[in-house]
Amino acid sequence: MIGLIGRDGMRISLAKLFFSFLKIGAFTFGGGYAMIPLFEREFVKRYGYLDEDEFYDVLVICQSLPGVIAINFSVFIGIKLRGKVGGFVAGLGVALPSFLIILVIAAFLFAYIENPYVEAAFKGVRVSVIALIFTAGFRLFKQNKHLFGVFMAVLTFALVAMVRLHPFFVILAMGAFGYITTKVGEVVRHASH
Amino acid sequence: MLLIKLFFTFLGIGAVAFGGGYAMLPLFERMIVEQHGWLDRSLFLDMIAISQMTPGPIAINSATFIGFQIQGVIGALVATIGMITIPVILISLVSVYREPFKNSKVVQAIFTGLRPALVGLIFASVFSLARDAVFDLWGLILFFVFFGLLAVFRIHPILVILISAVLGLIIYA
Repeated sequence: MIGLIGRDGMRISLAKLFFSFLKIGAFTFGGGYAMIPLFEREFVKRYGYLDEDEFYDVLVICQSLPGVIAINFSVFIGIKLRGKVGGFVAGLGVALPSFLIILVIAAFLFAYIENPYVEAAFKGVRVSVIALIFTAGFRLFKQNKHLFGVFMAVLTFALVAMVRLHPFFVILAMGAFGYITTKVGEVVRHASH
Repeated sequence: MLLIKLFFTFLGIGAVAFGGGYAMLPLFERMIVEQHGWLDRSLFLDMIAISQMTPGPIAINSATFIGFQIQGVIGALVATIGMITIPVILISLVSVYREPFKNSKVVQAIFTGLRPALVGLIFASVFSLARDAVFDLWGLILFFVFFGLLAVFRIHPILVILISAVLGLIIYA
């Protein structure tokens, strides 16, 4: 399955792999999810290295692993197309633009942050960022409006915000809890039949 | 020593960062702002705004920014590499041994717990961050305006951030 061939009957070259991912990394605003359609256009529609089903399989796998989705996705596709070196090249390509851009911005930001106008603008910006995070939570909540989902959300909120447990352990515990309740549910349903 | 601490902090974040982007901000906030005090809350919010307005994955932008703030270019590199190490190892394994993972009942069961937990986690970080940002009446009004623009009118986040910068200048300068 490694070294897939495109519509032109050739394996993708490492340079082309690198620049394809570099381009997507450099011009996609709004994070990893915004990149998915671009990956699809480039690797499925344009060059035909992957078919649609394969593409969505990879996407689902990347979403169920921890980490940065764009990186996971790039490395996975890179490995499929050109093995380990391909994975490295793809991951490097997609991360490099943001890494460099942020370095430049961070260096400038710390020079101007004391400026009263910059500070005033950021006072407004901070409120919009809170609204942005709140909106992300709100959208995710709408997908989990069932009783168990609300219970888990409220429990997690209480454990992290009130009891002040560490999110790292709460995430692990909630994953385990989800697994156990699903299994118990299966056993109970099985027994009642 | 600081670099080693930086590496392992981001290694930990990367290991449990399910759900991508905004879902991993609560981890950042607890570990970077509260545990280590590497960024204060205002700068943390500024960083998120910058990550959103520049191209690339938000988590990479954040790791680079935080690492740079702590230890310059080397710090940025160490933080970014730390965060992607465990996920990239997992991805490499899964790309070879995919069959047991595909449509896995175990993974699905785990996610019935994880997905709603992320909701609680995100609201917990909103709760914690809002105390420092939305501190006056204007802040509260703006919060509801921005939430409306984002959730109801579906205005693009970058545009909302730009609007908020202009309003910040008008109100606070």
